[in-house]
This record gives sequence, C-alpha cells and structure tokens, in this order.
Amino acid sequence: MSKINGAQSLVNALEAAGVEVMFGIPGGAILPAYDPIFDSKIRHILVRHEQGAGHAATGYAQATGRVGVCIATSGPGATNLVTPLADAQMDSVPIVAITGQVPSLAIGTDAFQEADIRGVTMPVTKHNYLITDPKDIPRAIAEAFHIASTGRPGAVLVDIAKDALQKETTFDYPHTVSLAGYNPVIEPKIEAVRDAAALIAQSKKPVLYVGGGVIKAEAAAELMQLAQVTGIPVVTTLMARGAFPDSHQQHLGMPGMHGTVAAVTALQKADLLITLGARFDDRVTGKLSTFAPNAKIIHADIDPAEIGKNRHADVALIGDLKNTLRALVPATKVALAKSAPDLTPWLNEVYGWRKKFPLGYDKPADGSVSPQYVIERIGKISGPDTIFAAGVGQHQMWASQFIGYEKPRTWLNSGGLGTMGYAVPAAMGAKVGAPDATVWAIDGDGCFQMTNQELVTCALNNIPIKVAVINNESLGMVRQWQTLFYNQRYSNTDLHSKRIPDFKLLAEAMGCVGLRCETPGDVDKTIEAAMAINDRPVVVDFNVHRDAMVWPMVAAGTSNDEITVARSMAPVWDSQEL
Amino acid sequence: MAIHTLAVLVENSPGVLARVASLFSRRGYNIDSLAVGPTENPKVSRMTIVLNLEGHALDQVSAQLFKLVNVIGISEMKDSDSLKREILLVKVANTSATKDIVKKHNAVIADESTTTLSIEAVGQSAAIESLLNELRPQGIRELVQSGLVALERGDKTLADRTLSTMGTANESDSNSSTADYQN
Ligand SMILES: Cc1ncc(C[n+]2csc(CCOP(=O)(O)OP(=O)(O)O)c2C)c(N)n1
Repeated sequence: MSKINGAQSLVNALEAAGVEVMFGIPGGAILPAYDPIFDSKIRHILVRHEQGAGHAATGYAQATGRVGVCIATSGPGATNLVTPLADAQMDSVPIVAITGQVPSLAIGTDAFQEADIRGVTMPVTKHNYLITDPKDIPRAIAEAFHIASTGRPGAVLVDIAKDALQKETTFDYPHTVSLAGYNPVIEPKIEAVRDAAALIAQSKKPVLYVGGGVIKAEAAAELMQLAQVTGIPVVTTLMARGAFPDSHQQHLGMPGMHGTVAAVTALQKADLLITLGARFDDRVTGKLSTFAPNAKIIHADIDPAEIGKNRHADVALIGDLKNTLRALVPATKVALAKSAPDLTPWLNEVYGWRKKFPLGYDKPADGSVSPQYVIERIGKISGPDTIFAAGVGQHQMWASQFIGYEKPRTWLNSGGLGTMGYAVPAAMGAKVGAPDATVWAIDGDGCFQMTNQELVTCALNNIPIKVAVINNESLGMVRQWQTLFYNQRYSNTDLHSKRIPDFKLLAEAMGCVGLRCETPGDVDKTIEAAMAINDRPVVVDFNVHRDAMVWPMVAAGTSNDEITVARSMAPVWDSQEL
Repeated sequence: MAIHTLAVLVENSPGVLARVASLFSRRGYNIDSLAVGPTENPKVSRMTIVLNLEGHALDQVSAQLFKLVNVIGISEMKDSDSLKREILLVKVANTSATKDIVKKHNAVIADESTTTLSIEAVGQSAAIESLLNELRPQGIRELVQSGLVALERGDKTLADRTLSTMGTANESDSNSSTADYQN
C-alpha cells in the first residue's frame, strides 16, 4: 500500500465517509490537513468564525438529514466550536467536528494554542476522540460518522495531533464499524407494541405528542398513517414543527411555554399521551408534577435513557421511530377492530378549544409594523417549500407560531440550547445542502449581531440566503420577562439598534443586498423584492414595534394549567370545559 | 435503599474514567466509591461503583451510563448474590490492645515499628467498619481504603453475558428496578 501522510489519510477518510462539503477555518495545528483539502473533491467553505462553521454544519444536517462537518484548528479554533457542538448535541443533530491539536509531544505542556478540547467537549458531545497515531485516523473518522448518524444522532469531535497529520501512514478505511459498547436498539419489542396498541384502543382522550425524533427518523409518513388510522389529535413540539402538516385538521399546534391553548390544554386533559421522539422537556411540561396529571404515557424513543427520565412511561417503545410506527400502525388497527372508543366528545372538546383560542396578535395602535405580521407574511409569500431558520427569542416563537409548516426539515432552530446567533450560519448550511430551496433566516436584531459575519461567507461563496431581521431594538424576549416579572425595569435589554448598526448598510458592506421596511403597507412589497433576488444574499431590516409580546404563555416553573392568553389573562372557559 | 453497587465493563481506552466521572458530576449522581482495574480481557477494564442515589432512579443512572460509547455492560451487584470486598490499610499506635484487636478480626500486621502497626484487612464493608470502630480509640494515624469491588456468585460472569450477546442490548423497561445493560 502506498505511503501517504496522516493529513491525506484524513481527507481520504472524509471522502470515503461521503462528505461533500465542510465548513471551517485553518490554523497552525490543522494546517497539514488544509494542503490535501486544496486538491480534494470535498467543497470547503471558509467561514468567518468557527461558531459559524459549527452552526452551518448543523443547518446542513437538519435540512438534508446527512452528517454536517466542520473543521478548525487547535486552541481557540476548537473552543469556538464548543457552542455549536453543545447546540447540535442538545437537538440530536448529526455533526462531526475535526480539530487540529498541538503535536503529541507538546500535549500537556500548555503549548501555544493548546486546549484539551476532548476534555472540554466530553459533556457536550455524544463521543469524542484524540488521535495521536496516524494509523488510527481512518477508523476514528469511520466511527465518528457512524456514531453521529445512528441511534440518537449527535455531535462527535475528532481531535488530531499535528504530528499525526504529518507522519507517514497507509490508508485503510474500515467499511464496517463494530463497537463493543455501542449497539443502538432499533426494533421495538413486539409485546410493548401490542401493549401500546391496547392502551390506544382503550383511551377516550388521547393525544399524539410528537417530537423532533419523528423528523430524525424520517417517520413523518408513518406518523400520518397513525394519525389517520386513529383520528387522534396531534401536537408538534418546537423541534417537530413540520413533522405533521400544520394545515391538517387533526393538528392542534405547538405545546409548551408558548404553545397554543388547544395543544397545551389537550395534553393537560388527556388520558393518554402517545409520545413519539419527544423528551418531556421543561419548556413543554411546565411544572412537571402538574403535567398531564391523568394521562398514561406511551413513550417511543430510540434513546433508552429518555424513558422515565422526566416522566414515568407506562409503555416504553425503544427503537427507531420509523420501525416503531411501522409496527404500531397495524397493531393499532387490530386493537381498534376489537374495540374502538368513541373519540367524538374529546375531539369536539379539543377542536372547540382550537376554534375558541386561535393564535393571534394585536396590531400596534401607533401604526408601526407588527413583528408577527411580518413573519406571517414571509411564510405566506414564500410558501411551504421554503426552509426557515430562526434565531432565539420572540421572533423564534412567532416564526414557529405564525408560519405554516407542511413538511419535515423546513423548520430549523436551536430548541434545546437556545443559541442566539444560530440563524444566519444555520441558514447558510441549509442553503448549501438544499441549493434549490428558498432559505429564510428569521432573526432578531440581538441574535443577528452575534453571527452576521457569515453573510460575508454567503456573499463570496454564492450562497444566496435571505435574512429577515425583526428589529425591535431590544433583546425582546428578555424584555418581555422584564415587563412581566421585573416591574418593567429594562436592565440592559435596550439595543438602540434602530440605526446603530444600520443593518441595511451593514448588509451592503458584506456584499449582500440591504432592504428596509418601516411601515405595514410596505411589508409585502419588501418581501417580494427580497424574493426576487437570487444571485446574492438579501437582508431586510424590518423595523417593528418593540412592545409586542409572545402569547400564549406559561410562565417558567408554573403549571400548564396557568396558561395565559394575554397579560394576566387566563383563557375564558365555558363552565363545563374544565 | 439508596445505596447501589454497579459493576461496569468499559473499553480500556484513554479518557474512559474521565467520561464516567464527568457523567456522574454533570447529572448530579453521588459516588460513594469507585474502584477500577484490569480484567481477564486486556481490552476491558472493570469499574465497581457504589452510588448513593437519593432522588435518582437506578435505572435512569444505568441508562445514562450505558449511553457512553466506551461502556460495554452494566450489572447491579446485589448483596444477596455477589461477593463484595474492600481493602483497608491503616496505621495505629503499636500497643498490645491494638494487636488483640487485629487478631480478633483476622486482620494482618503488614508492617511494624516500635511505635506503629500498619494493619491490612480485607473484608466486607461491615467487617471493615467494625474493625475501624475498635481501632479508633487506639489512635488511628493514617488510613486508606480501596473502595468496594464486587463479583457475582456462581457460574455466571458479567463478561460472558456482555460480550457473548453483542448487538442485542437488553435494555430494561421504565419500571424495572434492576440495572442490567448488556451489549
Ligand atoms: C448566546 C445567548 N446569550 C443569551 C441568551 C439569552 N436570550 C434569550 S432570547 C434573548 C434576546 C434575543 O434578542 P433578539 O435577537 O433581538 O430577539 P427578540 O427576542 O427581540 O425577537 C436573549 C438575550 C441566549 N439565548 N443565547
């Protein structure tokens, strides 16, 4: 076998793993790898900050279902990846990060640009490696892709010492990976499937509680079958928006802190939650001890550690959700053929709540632009084939609430970690993975100021994304909490960002088209102008009313029963409803 | 009972102890003792972990531990069907009373100077504890304990179960109270 260096072996391994693109920035320790990258068929996109590389890999993975790849040098390059690694791991997104490390003999000496990135990322990755021998490179890469993409997907880091990249080695890529300690269970137990079907056939008030796992497992079609076979109403969590069409008559919307009254209340009043790839996150359950008090729980997940972590499961279905649903649908049909409870009273109730408490917002009295309206119009004008990537804050919640999602992988956001700065680089990664799709980043003026420099990357690499900056001149979500819980004392949430920075000029300085919209009458025109530009990235500065709030709301740590539809306003129920 | 003993087979790879420790610290699980060493298989190390699980379900702890890629198998070591031993090394004032206590407890004097006895004892936790209680009035100058190690009684071995059934992870359901996770 011919001799090559470790760097060439790394690039060969990435090619063998099927990588088509990676996002990164070179530096001393990773430099040997950048030489063969120069000749590789893998596209390398030079970002402006490693955090951008990590979120771009995540956006790429979320939009395509493939493993996203980012690459950085040792020390600060590697530590800049910590946030996106934690972000991807929290949201179960398959990404692989490659980092250079100081030469093996220098490890442990506090050498220039040394950081123990394996130690640092241990708690925020699914697994990680430190490679000091070039012969281990192909195996580590093969294992990293296998671990990232199978079971419950996640983030894997491979740290490679500089001398391992420089030394001679031979390339031998393992085409199968066998790990003694890693064998995810993918087929659910048949008895558990039967038990679940039996519970479904007994339930009079069931809800399908759908989480992001359905999207990861590519199981939307199977979910649709289960919904159709049973007629059970569906809620989709923040991570699952798009797993079930918003336009479907059984859809109640998103549950949780800013969920719809119908979705939140249906979970609270249910006698059975059919939990599919969801994890009883505190943002969904509210005060856990009061969550869905009368419900039995069917919990389907590929991760056994999710079962019973937050809520006891009466039936656990451990396995790949696609397999699980393929088994559950026929089993449920059989069970329902024996006895099918009449769901009509329950359906009348939940659909009544949906009708009575629709999502809505007030138009600002002073004639300024309502942020919800802007987001709603972008959704309508751009349509259901668009991929949306949101930042974190009020605009994220509105983008989840007021855009209709019809398909999986059209809604990307940072759900678990809540990472401001996610939107622009994630949109970039999504556009690279799905070049024919229209990709909109819905961003806040605060978030946008964290990672907007990746628009330079977009402009120079022909990645024409569209960015809506929902500019309320403040850290709006934090300001909302200050309004509600801190006596309107707006400590350090005013960004003064009406014109500093001037987002239109900033966009133009970065090689994008900059647009601005300041009146409700211009909203559609401006969106259409942005839609018409496809040869460059576009940024629209939407100057919106700053006091708009996200409703409904369940305050952190309180019970879902205490949902408010507006400030201090509980839903007004008919007396027989509660 | 909140105290549980887990036998954990791990791949003998760098960083594996840090991974286990990091997991316990991150998820707020309290370790009473942890003993780690080689096994009959050079690729595998074995940890015996004694946990004080106030407020955490054993099953959840095992499931989280089992998610670590380098963890191959986990089994709870119940008092009823396993051998549990600790090692104690302790320095006590060299008196005839001390020597009587050593004899009574079948401990060993491993080293002796005119003023100090270095005593070695191997036994179950309760026996070690009772020896220490008697030694304390004699003046303990220094002591070191190994942490518990445990082995299942009978013919079965944890490695047999774990390594022979590779690929058929035997995950427990949510209400099982024992932890038995095998790959
Ligand atoms: C990196 C990071 N820092 C701080 C926060 C806390 N945080 C959550 S939302 C938010 C405000 C976001 O402001 P903006 O981007 O303007 O969006 P808006 O809420 O106004 O729509 C902040 C500071 C966070 N989620 N992430």
